[in-house]
Amino acid sequence: MFPHEEKIIKEKLGREPNEVEKAMIEVMWSEHASYKSSRTWLKLLPTKNEHVILGPGEDAGVIKFDENTAIVVGFESHNHPSAVEPYGGAATGIGGIVRDILCMGARPIALLDPIRFGPLKKERNRYLFEYVVKGIADYGNRIGVPTVGGEVEFDESLDNYTLVNVACVGIMKPEELIHSYVEESGLLLVLVGNKTGRDGIHGVTFASEELSENAEEEDRSAVQIPDPFTEKLLIEATLEALATKKVKALKDLGGGGLTCASSEMAGKKGFGAIIYAHKVPQREPNMNAMEVMISESQERMLFAVEKEDLEEVVKIFDKYDLDWTVVGEIIDEPRFIVYWGEEKVADLPISILTEVPTIIWESKPYKLEKDVETPEIEVKDALIKVLSSPNIISKEWVYRQYDHEVQGRSVLKPGLDAAVLKINDKYGLALVSDGNPSYSFLNPYHGAMACVVETLRNLASVGAKPLALVDNLNFASPERPEIYWQFIETIKGLSDAAKAFDLAYVSGNVSFYNEVNGKPIKPTPVVVAFGKVKLENLTTMNFKSEGELIGIVGVTKKELGGSELYRVFGIEGGIAPKVELEREKKNIEGILKAIERKLVKAVHDISKGGLAIALAEMSLSSSLGFEVDISKVPVEMKLSAIERLFSESQARFIISFDRENLEKLERLFDEFSVIGEVKGKEMVFKENEKELVRISLEEANEIFNSLPKLLGE
Amino acid sequence: MPKFAVLVFPGTNCDFETVSAIKKAGGNAERVWYKQSLKDFDGVVIPGGFSYADYLRAGAISARAEIMEEIKEIAKEGKPILGICNGFQILTESGLLPGALRPNKIPRFLCKWVYLKVSDNQTAFTRFYSEGEVIRMPIAHAEGNYYVNDPNKIRIAFQYSDANGEISEEANPNGSILNIAGISNEKGNVLGMMPHPERASDRWLGSEDGLRVFKSMIEYVKR
Repeated sequence: MFPHEEKIIKEKLGREPNEVEKAMIEVMWSEHASYKSSRTWLKLLPTKNEHVILGPGEDAGVIKFDENTAIVVGFESHNHPSAVEPYGGAATGIGGIVRDILCMGARPIALLDPIRFGPLKKERNRYLFEYVVKGIADYGNRIGVPTVGGEVEFDESLDNYTLVNVACVGIMKPEELIHSYVEESGLLLVLVGNKTGRDGIHGVTFASEELSENAEEEDRSAVQIPDPFTEKLLIEATLEALATKKVKALKDLGGGGLTCASSEMAGKKGFGAIIYAHKVPQREPNMNAMEVMISESQERMLFAVEKEDLEEVVKIFDKYDLDWTVVGEIIDEPRFIVYWGEEKVADLPISILTEVPTIIWESKPYKLEKDVETPEIEVKDALIKVLSSPNIISKEWVYRQYDHEVQGRSVLKPGLDAAVLKINDKYGLALVSDGNPSYSFLNPYHGAMACVVETLRNLASVGAKPLALVDNLNFASPERPEIYWQFIETIKGLSDAAKAFDLAYVSGNVSFYNEVNGKPIKPTPVVVAFGKVKLENLTTMNFKSEGELIGIVGVTKKELGGSELYRVFGIEGGIAPKVELEREKKNIEGILKAIERKLVKAVHDISKGGLAIALAEMSLSSSLGFEVDISKVPVEMKLSAIERLFSESQARFIISFDRENLEKLERLFDEFSVIGEVKGKEMVFKENEKELVRISLEEANEIFNSLPKLLGE
Repeated sequence: MPKFAVLVFPGTNCDFETVSAIKKAGGNAERVWYKQSLKDFDGVVIPGGFSYADYLRAGAISARAEIMEEIKEIAKEGKPILGICNGFQILTESGLLPGALRPNKIPRFLCKWVYLKVSDNQTAFTRFYSEGEVIRMPIAHAEGNYYVNDPNKIRIAFQYSDANGEISEEANPNGSILNIAGISNEKGNVLGMMPHPERASDRWLGSEDGLRVFKSMIEYVKR
C-alpha cells in the first residue's frame, strides 16, 4: 500500500486499523484485487450489445448464444505464482478461473491456455515450460474440463519468467444465472470445500509487486496448493446445490480469500457481514484470525442461503464428502465484522474494503518504430529458420498432454485456427486466443488492435461470426511512465478495434508488476474471441486435394517489425503491422461469405511467420504440397522476396478452392490474387520463373515437429 | 428398453457423455452415484475419469468400494459390464479382468485419436463389428500400458493398429503388450477398453465408430 492510501484509510476510519483489519485492507487494496491503476481506463472499453447478458463486474461475463443457451466466459492470469512454482501456479490458475465460471451457475466446458516463456535454450525456462504444461494438464484433466486451445510463445524478454493466462467457458440456461451479491439480510454464509491453510497468504499482494531474484525461495508460501479432486467434487456439488433454487448468492474464494468473497458478496448492494473466523475449518494448527481471513487456499466456495433452506443445501455437500461450515451471516448494517471466538477482531465500514480509490500514474510516450533495411537473406535459410522457431513449430507436444476431448463437444481440436465446441445439433461455439507482445512493444495501440483482429480472422477462417471478447492485460509496473502509457494505448486499441466490429468485452483481467530483477516484460494484451458457427459450414486450414487453386486475400506491406523473421535473425526495430479496420472488416466479411456459399476448400489467416508459414501450415496439416509464384502477391510498395514471404501485414488470408469458383471469389474481394496451386509433395516458392526454394514435406515435417527434440527428448 | 447404470465415483468425469452415447445407441441410461444400488439395471458402464484423483494407483481405490461386490455379482449373472479408460483400470484392479494397466511407455498423459483393430467380435460389446475391422476412437490416459503374464490366455477385443489394421510398434501409443487396447473376460460379458467409444459417437466429433459398442451391449441384453 502507498503512504497516501494509508492516510485515506486512517481518515475514513478515524483511527489506525488493527493488525487483522490492516491485513484485510491491504489485500483488498492490492492492485490485483482492486484494479486501482486500471479501472479508470477500462471504462473506455465497450461492454454492451445485443449479445451481452452480463458484462464485466462480477466473476465472469455472460453471452447469449441462443434463446436457451448462455455462455459464461472469464479470463485470468497466474503469472507471479507460476514464475515461482510453475506446477502449482499454473494448476491453481485453472482452478480459480473454473470456479469463476461455476459461481455464475454454469458448467465449465472448456479451457484455453495462452502461455509465454523465455527462450528454451535455457534450462530454467524449459523447467518453467514443462511444469506449467504439466500443471495445466494434471488439473484440467482431473476435473474433466477439456483444454481445447491457447498459445505458446517464447521471447527473450521473458527469460526466467512466465505469463500463464487461462480462459474458461461455461454453459447454462439463461435463467440459471446466479449473482455474486446478496439483496437481503439474514442470510447465512456457508463456506464449502477445502480446509483453509497457510498457503496463498498475501497471494494478491505478492501478485501486485515485482519479483525479486530470490522469489523462488521467498514467495513460495504465497503460491496456493492445487487439489483438482476437491475441485471436481465442488463443481458437481455446486451445480446440484444450485438446482435446488435455494442458493441466494454464490462466490468463489480466489484472490483475497474469505475477506474478498464475503465483503464483496455483502457490500455490493449495501449490506454488511459478520464472519466467525474461528469456525473456518483449518488445515494447519494454531492459525490466527488474520491468516484465516486472507488465506487463498483453493477449492472453496461461499454460498448465501436462508436459514430454513440450510439443511436441504448442505445435504448435497455431505453427499460429496465436502466440508461445509456456516461461517457468518449477512447483516443490514454496512459493516464488516470479524470474530475470533468471543473476541471481535475487526470492525470496519464495509466500503473501506470494497471501494478502493483509483490511482492515475504519470504516463510518457515512446517511439521505437523505425524503418530498417531487411538484410539479404537466402530464402531457404530464412524459411528453415523461421519454420524451426519454437514460436512456429507444432505444439503437439503440449496439447497431447491435455485431455481436449472430455465432455464430448470438441469438433475442431487444438492446432487449428480456432477450437470449435458443439453446442447443439446445428451450431458450435468457436474460440481462440491471440497476443502479439512483439508488435505491442513497438506500437502498443496497433499491437492491441492486432490481437483483436487476429482472433476475428481466426474465427472467420473456421466459418464463425464473432459474439464477444474477453481480454487479459499483462504489463510491467504501472508506476513506470512508459509502461502506463503502453497500458493506456493498449486500452484505446482494444476499444477501437472492438467498436469497429460492434463487439463488447464481457470480462477481463489486468496483471501489472510483471517484472523480474527490474526488467519489465513487453506489453502483452491477450484477447480471446468467441464466435458462433453453423456446423455444416465448418472450414479448416488443410488443403483438400491436388489441383485446388491457392489465392491470397489482402495486401502485403513492408511490416516486419516484431515479426518472427526479425526475431529469428535478431533484427531490431522495423515497422510493426498496422491495423486498418475497414480493410480488415471487408476481408473478414468476404471470407465468411465465401465459406457460407461453399466456394472455398481451405482457409487460413496469415499471422506469425507471414505468407510463407501460413502456406507451410496448410500444407503440413494436409500432407499436400504446393507451388506458388509470390510475384503475384498484391503489394503496396516494392518488396523483396523475403519481405513478401515473411511480412506480417494484417487483414490477409490464404484460401484454396476449385477453379470453377474463381470468378465468384474475385467478386467477393477488392484485394485478391491467385498465386498457385496445390500440387505434389513439396513446397515450392517461385518469383516469376525463378525458383526461390523447394522443400519436401518430409523435411518440413521433421522441422515442424521438433519441439520434443528442443526439450531434450 | 434396456436400462444401464453409468457408475459415478468421486472424480469420474466421462459420465454425462457416456449416458448420451448409450441413449443415442437406443438404450436408456442413468448416472448412478457409487453409494446407490444397481439392482434395477440391465448392465453397468464404469466410465472414464480420475476416480479418487488416481491416488495410490489409477482405479485402485474405487476397485475397493463396496459397490464392486455388487458388480461382481451382476457379472456372474451374465449382465454386461463395460469399463472405459478409468473404468478399465478399476476392472483390472478389482480382479474382474486379468492384467494391469501401467504408466505409458512415455510416462505422461496422451490424448490422441487412434486406429483399433477389432480382434474379437463375439463379446457382448463387439457384435456389431466384423472381425478384423479397423475403427477410430480417441484415447486419453497416462496409465494405459496393458500387461498380463500370458496374453495368449485372454480374450483380446481391440488392438492398436494402423489405418490398414497392421499391428505395429509405431501404432502402439502406450507400450501395451501385443498392442492391446481392450480385453474381455472369458464369457465376454465384462469388457475393459482404454479408448473412449463415447467420444466417437457423433460424426461432428470425428467418428461414430464407438456407437456400436453401446448398440452391441443393448442388443446383447435384449437377446
